[in-house]
Amino acid sequence: MTGQTFAQKAIERASGTTGLVPGQIVDAYPDLYMSHTASWRCIRTLEKMGVDRLYDVDRVAMVMDHLSPAMNAKTAGHHALCREFAQKMGVKHFFDVNSGIAHIVLMEHGLVRPGQFIIGTDSHSTIYGALGAFGTGVGFSEITAAWVTGKLWIKVPESVRIVIDGELAPGVYAKDVMLKLIGDLGADGLTYDSVEFTGSYVAGMSVSERMTFCNLAMEMGAKNAYVAPDDATLAYLDEAGVPRDELEVLLPDADATYRSTVHLDGPTLAPQIAVPHTVDNVVGVDDVAGTKLDQVFIGSCANAKYDDLVIAAEVLAGHQVAPGLRLIVTPASATIMARAAENGVLTTLIQAGAMITNPGCGACAGAGGAMTDGETTLSTANRNFQGRMGSYDSKIFLSSPATAAASAIRGVITDPREIVAEVVV
Amino acid sequence: MGSEHRVGGKVITFGENVNTDVIIPGRYLVSIDPAELAEHAFEPLGPETQARLRASDVVVAGRNFGCGSAREQAATCLIGAGITAVVAASFSRVFFRNAINTGLIAVESPAAAEAAADGDEMWIDYDAGTVETGGQTFPFSPYPPVLQEIMADGGLIPHLMASFSAGGSR
Ligand code: SF4
Repeated sequence: MTGQTFAQKAIERASGTTGLVPGQIVDAYPDLYMSHTASWRCIRTLEKMGVDRLYDVDRVAMVMDHLSPAMNAKTAGHHALCREFAQKMGVKHFFDVNSGIAHIVLMEHGLVRPGQFIIGTDSHSTIYGALGAFGTGVGFSEITAAWVTGKLWIKVPESVRIVIDGELAPGVYAKDVMLKLIGDLGADGLTYDSVEFTGSYVAGMSVSERMTFCNLAMEMGAKNAYVAPDDATLAYLDEAGVPRDELEVLLPDADATYRSTVHLDGPTLAPQIAVPHTVDNVVGVDDVAGTKLDQVFIGSCANAKYDDLVIAAEVLAGHQVAPGLRLIVTPASATIMARAAENGVLTTLIQAGAMITNPGCGACAGAGGAMTDGETTLSTANRNFQGRMGSYDSKIFLSSPATAAASAIRGVITDPREIVAEVVV
Repeated sequence: MGSEHRVGGKVITFGENVNTDVIIPGRYLVSIDPAELAEHAFEPLGPETQARLRASDVVVAGRNFGCGSAREQAATCLIGAGITAVVAASFSRVFFRNAINTGLIAVESPAAAEAAADGDEMWIDYDAGTVETGGQTFPFSPYPPVLQEIMADGGLIPHLMASFSAGGSR
């Protein structure tokens, strides 16, 4: 038998089958069913079905992240419905409006483990590959069906390998690598594919950077993304309280079959920007430097982790946000926010003129931080679709936290290396 | 012809990479009612497009239709607007799943998508695996059996309920 990719192994494990090849459809039994604010739709669907017995309530994880805290009675009602349901059914993994973004919260709490098969009511569920799990997004009907039956149909994907070698230049980050790849391969470049990241740069990445990678792989259409677990992964899992003897690491075989292999050279990369209104509309920062900004948003599951806030604070330290510009910082989780508070990161950001909001999706989900007609935001999130942050006649550009912070200082899109250079001089 | 799984009618066309925020903006996801959602389908593209959508039966699009979020309402809002099928050069995988799971026919056929213009007629027979438009017939590979069963019951939840009442184990 020839070697297997990560996706083949993970789906075989979840479906209890062997010898799977790409294209086959099997029933898989996920280890975890994540539903975010969409949980209320699952609950309503379940009520409609007249079912009150779940396959395995311990595999249900609900996080109130998208519209939190509630800004109107309707959303408050949805939250209340979820709370009551969790209480009634004994859902242990229920995280309320104070917790943060589902993906990040679940990983911090040790609910995502290598080799696991995880579905979520969110397209960026690919992020779980940062810890060597198979994560993929589905609709709320499928989560409801999984609550009841424990399973879902899944097609074994083909796999693509992305190899990134060499160190990145100062001022260039994981986000820039991903924007470059999305621009080169296109918004549908990896549709249906399982993506495995590898290479010397990837081996040296922090878990936070791996999250950025696996999160953004979705923007090329990927079904799931994966970085092989290593010592950095183990250290993260230790901190998340996952006992080592419970780990089931799955690694692809050296002779596995890939549809293609993409190479990217790390050292030659410059900061990248996605320009409106698609994520694959990517240019080097030079091409759009000087574009006037009304708002900068440092947030989202892609880039509001602790390391991202530190990077932004390092750039902003000793500077002031440009007059008239709104800088909104939304930490990805309560844990991250507490750590940033403890270590003075939030103070640095506030002193520079940033406004810190509660952890969660915030402006990325259109909850606060909206724009009026003709305005422009530079965001560290993963989507710049028309109208996602308010007016249909506003613009969203995407960048790394460093570029976002540098641009907040100048009030226009700015190469972060210019600000860093100022400090050195 | 004569197949019970033949649907179609008037076509409305869209370009490539039509994303879920354009199909149904996030601010309307507080609803799951197809009719309510339909009022806001394609709102970013303006009222003229929305009116044409409601007067159409088949959405025809280029590559990567429905890219972006996992919101199932991207399929539901089209059903609410009276759309019975989407024929595209390709789909984002979550949209494709959501279409099947809500009982909206989704057919991948670059040639058929290329052949149709706004206002044309298009008919899809998903038993036979054909798309007919402008006097031409384009074959597509039929759904695998699992998906056919879901479609035949009108979506995933009706399918589950049918399996329960047929003596399912739960
Ligand atoms: S932060 Fe943005 S992309 Fe991430 S889950 Fe929330 S709304 Fe989705």
